[in-house]
Amino acid sequence: MSRITFFISEAFRALRRSAAPSVAAIVTIVVTTLLLGVLVPVLRASESKTSDVREEIGLRVFLYPDATLPEIKKLQDEIRGIDHVEAVNYISKKEGLERLRGDLNDDLKDSLDELKSNPLPPSYEIRLDDPDYLEAVQNDLEPAGASGKPKPISPLIEDVNDRQDARQIRDVTGAVKIVLVVIAALLLVASLLLVANTIRLSIYARRREVEVMRLVGATNWFIRWPFMIEGVLVGLSGAVIAVAILTLGKVTIVDPLADNFALVDNFSTVGFLPLVVVLIASAIVVSALGSGVTLRRFLRI
Amino acid sequence: MALIGTSRRRERAAGRTRRQHEPRPPVAEPGTPVPVVELRDATVVYPGGHVALERVSLEINRGEFAFVVGPTGCGKSTLIKMLIREVEAASGKVYIAGRDIERMSDHKVPLLRRRIGTVFQDFKLLPNRTVYDNVAYALQVIGAPRSEIRQQVPEILRLVGLQAKIHNYPDQLSGGEQQRVSIARAFVNHPPLLLADEPTGNLDPETSIGIMQLLYRINRTGTTVLVVTHDSGLVDKMRRRVIALEEGRLVRDEAISGYHDESTTEFAVRMRQELGVGDEGHTNGDTH
Repeated sequence: MSRITFFISEAFRALRRSAAPSVAAIVTIVVTTLLLGVLVPVLRASESKTSDVREEIGLRVFLYPDATLPEIKKLQDEIRGIDHVEAVNYISKKEGLERLRGDLNDDLKDSLDELKSNPLPPSYEIRLDDPDYLEAVQNDLEPAGASGKPKPISPLIEDVNDRQDARQIRDVTGAVKIVLVVIAALLLVASLLLVANTIRLSIYARRREVEVMRLVGATNWFIRWPFMIEGVLVGLSGAVIAVAILTLGKVTIVDPLADNFALVDNFSTVGFLPLVVVLIASAIVVSALGSGVTLRRFLRI
Repeated sequence: MALIGTSRRRERAAGRTRRQHEPRPPVAEPGTPVPVVELRDATVVYPGGHVALERVSLEINRGEFAFVVGPTGCGKSTLIKMLIREVEAASGKVYIAGRDIERMSDHKVPLLRRRIGTVFQDFKLLPNRTVYDNVAYALQVIGAPRSEIRQQVPEILRLVGLQAKIHNYPDQLSGGEQQRVSIARAFVNHPPLLLADEPTGNLDPETSIGIMQLLYRINRTGTTVLVVTHDSGLVDKMRRRVIALEEGRLVRDEAISGYHDESTTEFAVRMRQELGVGDEGHTNGDTH
């Protein structure tokens, strides 16, 4: 019991005395925790958004309006047989118009009503199981002919189109995914190194104390405990400050935004509470381990 | 009195066999079963191949006061480091109170160090703790109860003559006073063996006498004291046992016994005369 109080009072004494390195360590932890606290939900959100977008990627095959229904059915089965095609959806002229109507706002809807006939061709909507095979499927639908120009596999097909600039979207979202992962990894490594280094600095400043402790016969664990407790205190205070700032930011900026900003409300992001718990726990563990590992260098007998 | 809690029987057996084939140096207190320090062909090689100690054999008995002398780099400090297992012997045996410390497991080393007081030239005091806290630290670290600390620390500080400076910080003290604090810390849990590595290396002759006098007084309580110094002049005049090292080898081991009954005051007076410094009869306190 008196030992525990001794360890704790030693840890507090060390924090008080080496105020500058302690503050540096706390600030480091605040900054990295804050960065992670912002980045993790953002990453999660953009990741889920990216996945949503990628799922929409597909091909649109436009047919000549004079195609008959049996011909259409037959071609649909044929396309379904192509590798990586997940679903083929037939959209008649009428359906196409309805869809267009749904996508437009009121003014433009009115102008649609002024049309005398339906100008939209019938089409297939093709969904892929993996957007990376976009080119392959397109190539299967209109392989290059003798002249080098793409020639559709069926005379019914008037044109094959990427839906919604699918190719671009796919490339951009793929790049975004990679960039996000790289940023997250770099940040994690950087913060670990930063925390370890700050702790090393503060221990190095007190190597004399460690030397004296060893000299008078302190066991290694006896020497280690005050430093570990100090690490936990630094990690805890850093994490608490960071979480306070995060909460403030969430309440004042993100929450009001979420009410009227369409992008935010269909995020599938991480819950705030689990995020906070993970951040605090990892800040403490990293600081305590950082202290313990650094001490090893000074504790070889 | 065993230094470390170990099998008494083994110690005595070891002591008996040793006595048969090795002449022992004059014994300060007869009847001691086991030498406090015993080296047998101890060799220390530093990484890089430098041989710091080469086949050093010696025995130091309980209650002895011995000097280790030699020029810089002769292996004196290595000897001290070897005794607290700061460095390990490459070959040979190192016994502390009959216990082979080279074969001691790492986690027992702190226990060994608790039974050996160490004093260094640079004092190794913690600058941000008071005199009291510096000394108390040695007891806190070994888990002594608070009541014992509160009783022992003022007592030992009285012994070294620093009771008036109990709440001062090290940088408010003179070199001699700082060394006294360091000795108090080394001796506060009454170890049976006290090692001093150049304890007067940073001090003027007059202050040095005070420190030697203090070490001598500690020796009188039954503690074995081993003092490393390069000041062979001072040592020769004190006429104690002198162990001389040169380039890692033991070149001289002379045991002179003859001053066992003197009081510390007589000791100081005689030393002052022999060293030719003032003899106004300082007992404690240092002159600056």
